[in-house]
Amino acid sequence: MTISDEELAEQRAGIDRIKAPSRLRVVAGRFSRSVQGRIGFALLALMFLLAFAGPYLGRWTYTDKDFMAFLQPPSAEHWWGTLQTGADVYAVTLRGMQKSLIVGLLAAVIGTTLAAVVGAFAGYFMGWADRSLTWITDLMLVLPAFLILAIMSPLFAEGQWPLFVLVLALFLWMVTSKIVRSMTISLKEREFIQAARFMGVSPVRIIFRHVIPNMSSLLAVDATLNVSAAILTETSLSYFGFGIQPPDVSLGSLIADGAKTAVYAPWTFWFCAGLLIVTVLAVNLVGDSLRDAFDPTAKRAGQ
Amino acid sequence: MAGFLLRRLLNYLVLIVVATSLAYMLAAGALDPRSNYEGRNPPIPQAVIDARLTELNLNDRTPLFDRYLTWAGGVVHGDFGKTVAGGSVGEDLGRRAGVTLRLITIGLILGSVTGVFVGAYAAVKQYGVFDRLSTGASFVVLAVPTVVLANILIIAGVWFNGLVGAQVFLVSGEATPGLQGGFATQAADRLQHLILPTLSLSLGLIAVYSRYQRNMMLDVLGADFIRTAMAKGLRRRTALTRHALRTALIPAVTYFAFTFGSLLVGTTFTEKIFGWHGMGEQLVNSISTNDVNTVAAISCFAAFAVLAASLASDVLHAVLDPRVRVG
Repeated sequence: MTISDEELAEQRAGIDRIKAPSRLRVVAGRFSRSVQGRIGFALLALMFLLAFAGPYLGRWTYTDKDFMAFLQPPSAEHWWGTLQTGADVYAVTLRGMQKSLIVGLLAAVIGTTLAAVVGAFAGYFMGWADRSLTWITDLMLVLPAFLILAIMSPLFAEGQWPLFVLVLALFLWMVTSKIVRSMTISLKEREFIQAARFMGVSPVRIIFRHVIPNMSSLLAVDATLNVSAAILTETSLSYFGFGIQPPDVSLGSLIADGAKTAVYAPWTFWFCAGLLIVTVLAVNLVGDSLRDAFDPTAKRAGQ
Repeated sequence: MAGFLLRRLLNYLVLIVVATSLAYMLAAGALDPRSNYEGRNPPIPQAVIDARLTELNLNDRTPLFDRYLTWAGGVVHGDFGKTVAGGSVGEDLGRRAGVTLRLITIGLILGSVTGVFVGAYAAVKQYGVFDRLSTGASFVVLAVPTVVLANILIIAGVWFNGLVGAQVFLVSGEATPGLQGGFATQAADRLQHLILPTLSLSLGLIAVYSRYQRNMMLDVLGADFIRTAMAKGLRRRTALTRHALRTALIPAVTYFAFTFGSLLVGTTFTEKIFGWHGMGEQLVNSISTNDVNTVAAISCFAAFAVLAASLASDVLHAVLDPRVRVG
């Protein structure tokens, strides 16, 4: 090894120590600088902690019924009071929150994935593929989602909630896929895609390796906002008895029960309704700050 | 232009037909009208149930496709079949459509107009007290689903009534049945019934539109043509309303088509919770009573409404944006 080589190696090491401002780091930095994003993230983390660790603190499980206490206000025995059936509000609310969070997250991820794949295929291939996929997208927009989900609700009984998540996701992707399609059409003309094409990379590989990763910021924001949309839809369906089926509970079914007794037993309504609002608010705050963080043209405080 | 419109209309028509047929197939396949008659005491003979179901075109022993053909044949002639109770679906829904349309129209106009003005004003006074307050409020409102919002409004209304000691807000139905009195009494009674449901529909819309309009308005406010308009000698107010607001309205109008579907769903919840006898309430009821024909008719109506909204937003777009008309 010559001296110049050694010098080069030293320089390399020096360069390596300086961390390049990767896109992820830039975005994460911007996100953590926004107050809105920090509040949203903290609230969301708190909600997750409450939903998944909280049940271990309570003395009751969500299936327990206390036959000594019907519709009792909050006390040392039952932290958030009891329902008309004697169920512990703390236990059932946290169980409902677990379900709502899982359903919301899964449905959002599936819905956004579907939007990315359908939109990218339609935009990349054009022609017949585009026309038929666009037509299906339009058809799904016209179909009344609430009605279809409600009709199919008997199928979701007996622990078939994953099916519910799938059908829910099926109604979340249309608008995003239209945006993805038009972005794909303009991306397709870029040099790196052209280069890959002339090197003989297969179209499917180009879509998954080059087109979709280039829209990751849009998709990340969309997935976040879809979480809140999915949670809201799930709540509304369960409110009317069309979503998560008993004996399982979700925030929607709890709110429906609580609303009947809310006037003289406020604890049956406000805990579940309040937690739902805080959760969705947190998700929206995170999504909004993410959008700003990804957007290079957004005006930021202190810049 | 005419050819384009015609193709578009034809495409819409095909979409409505396919969507309604799909909804019918799904409803006929998943719902079970037979269960309405079984398990009664005294038990109804099997043959009677069969005859009754066949008469209503709801018999699950008939192949699904045959039932579909019978139903579709009726729909072509404007007959949407019979409800499970034996009445005509068309007449029943015709009566209810008026209730729903009244609620939707008032909620939509109040929601979008208020939302647009709140957003525009917030943008003009960016980072002012009003801007911060309206942004915070709309974030909170967007996190509250209609079902919860409606219930919170009812609780608040009942609480307020108790506080004042008078029935100010009425939370059930569209009007007090059998109310005696002149026009003024009737109108006041309707208004008392109307306030809370309208709020439950329009609060969400105000939140969405004000957020959207604020962003659009901010983009436009910095544009050259506004400065030019003011340099030309227009007053600030005129420049803002005539030039800025009009331009900033265009995307909001396009957005209108997207929100219309969710507005229909929101109306369903509002009607059901406030006990208005409209189509939305009937939708929830018809699924519980396995009323296949009503479900199909309502989904036809919904598809029609969504496409009409998107057509209306195209037309409004053309009115506001001269480039669309010329191009």
